[in-house]
Amino acid sequence: MPIEVSGLIKHYGETKAVDGITFSVREGEVFGLLGPNGAGKTTTIEILEGLRRKDGGEALVLGLDPWTDGSRLHRKIGVIPQGFNFFEKTTPREAIIYYASLFGVKVDPDEILRTVLLEDSANHLFANLSGGQKQKTGLALSLVNSPDLLFLDEPTTGLDPNARRAVWQVISGLKAQGRTIVLTTHYLDEAQQLSDRVAIMNRGRIVAMGTTEEIISQHGSGERLEIQGSPELAEYIRANAGLEVESRGNVVSIALRHKNDALAALEAAERSKMPWGDIRTRRDSLDDVFVRLVRGEVDESGEVVGGERSG
Amino acid sequence: MSAVDEKRPDRRRISGRRILADFKVYSRGYMRDRIGLFFGLIFPVILILIFGAIFSGTGTGKVTVYVQNLDQGPFPTPQADIGAQFIDALNSSGTLDVVVVSPSEDFARYLANHSASDGIVIPQGFSSSYLERQPINITVYGNPSSSSSGIVAGTVVGISNGFNLQLFEGTSVIGVDQATVSSQQTQYIDFLIPGLIGFSILVNPMFSLVNISSEYKKNKLFKQLSLTPLTKMEWLASKVMWYIVLSAASFLLMVAVGVAAFGAHITLTVWIIPFLILGPTLFAAMGMLVGTVSKNPETAGVVGNIVTFPMMFLAGTFFPISIMPGWLQSIAHVLPLFYVIEGLNNVMVYDNIPGALFDIAVVAALTAAFFVAAVILFKWRED
Repeated sequence: MPIEVSGLIKHYGETKAVDGITFSVREGEVFGLLGPNGAGKTTTIEILEGLRRKDGGEALVLGLDPWTDGSRLHRKIGVIPQGFNFFEKTTPREAIIYYASLFGVKVDPDEILRTVLLEDSANHLFANLSGGQKQKTGLALSLVNSPDLLFLDEPTTGLDPNARRAVWQVISGLKAQGRTIVLTTHYLDEAQQLSDRVAIMNRGRIVAMGTTEEIISQHGSGERLEIQGSPELAEYIRANAGLEVESRGNVVSIALRHKNDALAALEAAERSKMPWGDIRTRRDSLDDVFVRLVRGEVDESGEVVGGERSG
Repeated sequence: MSAVDEKRPDRRRISGRRILADFKVYSRGYMRDRIGLFFGLIFPVILILIFGAIFSGTGTGKVTVYVQNLDQGPFPTPQADIGAQFIDALNSSGTLDVVVVSPSEDFARYLANHSASDGIVIPQGFSSSYLERQPINITVYGNPSSSSSGIVAGTVVGISNGFNLQLFEGTSVIGVDQATVSSQQTQYIDFLIPGLIGFSILVNPMFSLVNISSEYKKNKLFKQLSLTPLTKMEWLASKVMWYIVLSAASFLLMVAVGVAAFGAHITLTVWIIPFLILGPTLFAAMGMLVGTVSKNPETAGVVGNIVTFPMMFLAGTFFPISIMPGWLQSIAHVLPLFYVIEGLNNVMVYDNIPGALFDIAVVAALTAAFFVAAVILFKWRED
């Protein structure tokens, strides 16, 4: 296994940033660490990269202790730190050549630029690149030493949807080359789109782990009935039919535990004399499970919003 | 902890290839930054031109004086034109620059229009009165509060005495032999060039490293670099190299301008080299230290200014510290830049090599101390 972590702990003063997590990453897979800001994703990935020292537990990356064997490890891995940045007055091509001389390797800059879809901006100064092009520069640099293991810390945070999709395309290409990739993200679609397996982190712990299907079947509530209706309707159905009901905007969502639950819910809705309609059933998505596990939704910047919901 | 960092088993050797690669990227970036280049190379030259122009005018000598000769003859022979002879005598006095004003001008108004205070009027009938031994007066205009007026009046009195003696066939018992001082006079510009070279040696590495060491920390560029084989020692070495190159270029430019524009007297010897190497190293390390111990770029900027400004003005950059009061001079002696500038003065102006050796020793010791402190306290990685 390229990465083996057990009981990993990191404190910042009183805060337990990482609180005894255990997982391993298999060769050739994309492993996603998913969670809101402050969940401990970046601390975890930085310990694995050798940028931070752990306070307890075990962490082995490619068989090396990332902290004490950092410089040996750095020759074998590729990393984009969160909010990747580079020298403003340097072009992507020059940056690649610079990294090649630091690592003492011979590379074809054009080939790397092609791999990360950055040929068009190869000679533009870093300061003038768009957010997506900057991230691609980071990806290009992480490839200079031909690593088999890549760490991508929030590779698309702050990018517009098009740029995000372009970066995904590059990451999928790297995966197709058989590289092992660990990525952190607070975007569910990103985790779902790119990862073979996902670990959902919250407050320093891993609260769920596996393929998205596994997580949904372990932590999801199965089939749900959704109807259009007000929060008052949701409250009425909960009180009168004794069902587990959630209300999100104008949608009332009822968990179906037994086959009669759907009928009972619709009867209650009709009895309420409140307007309702648009019946639909669906299974929990990763979205639903995530919201339940971190007790709230996560906004664009990764903050938990909404808090606890009824139900 | 950095202690652990230092003792890591796989600690790498310093690699010239990596230093050179970093030097190339950094110097290219620096050259592409027009503002940086302006302050690094052009600004000190502009300072030389400004300060040189302000101070080179004083002390060079002659007082400009306007002379109106109202004695227009007619004269039987050219020898009878005593007014013209008097003006010739004024001209050859060596202290006055004579500007002749046409007799038709209103002299007082003319002086006012030319913002001038010194003037001499030779009256009508001057020659004939002189030759007939009738008393006649020359009018000397002057502003009593101006030092030039004394020079004009003194010169006129001296020349008049000569003319009087000549007329009565007297001989002067006491004469004056004028001798020129042949030894080299040290001018302001000669102090200014080493001072401003010191200024440039201080300001470029100091401000740049305060800025980049705090900025790189903030935008995680050090973190990024720590993931490559580049070591912090190599990183700092390449910065020092660049600022040595920049200081050398700045030095050559300033000396060229100083000599070409103001005829500065400067001795170029190999003894200048230690200062051009140690100076940038010292201030790069100091800047690194300030940037490292400051929490954010804003604090770093403030601390950087607090450290830099006293040196900028009190270490003998713009004027020799000998003109400062004693207590300020004692402050100057604790500023590292003082020893760089004193050393450059010893080497470039006074040919005082033993004095320069002392300065080199002080600068070398300071450089070693600050460099070691910067390398120890500066962290690539966090805990």
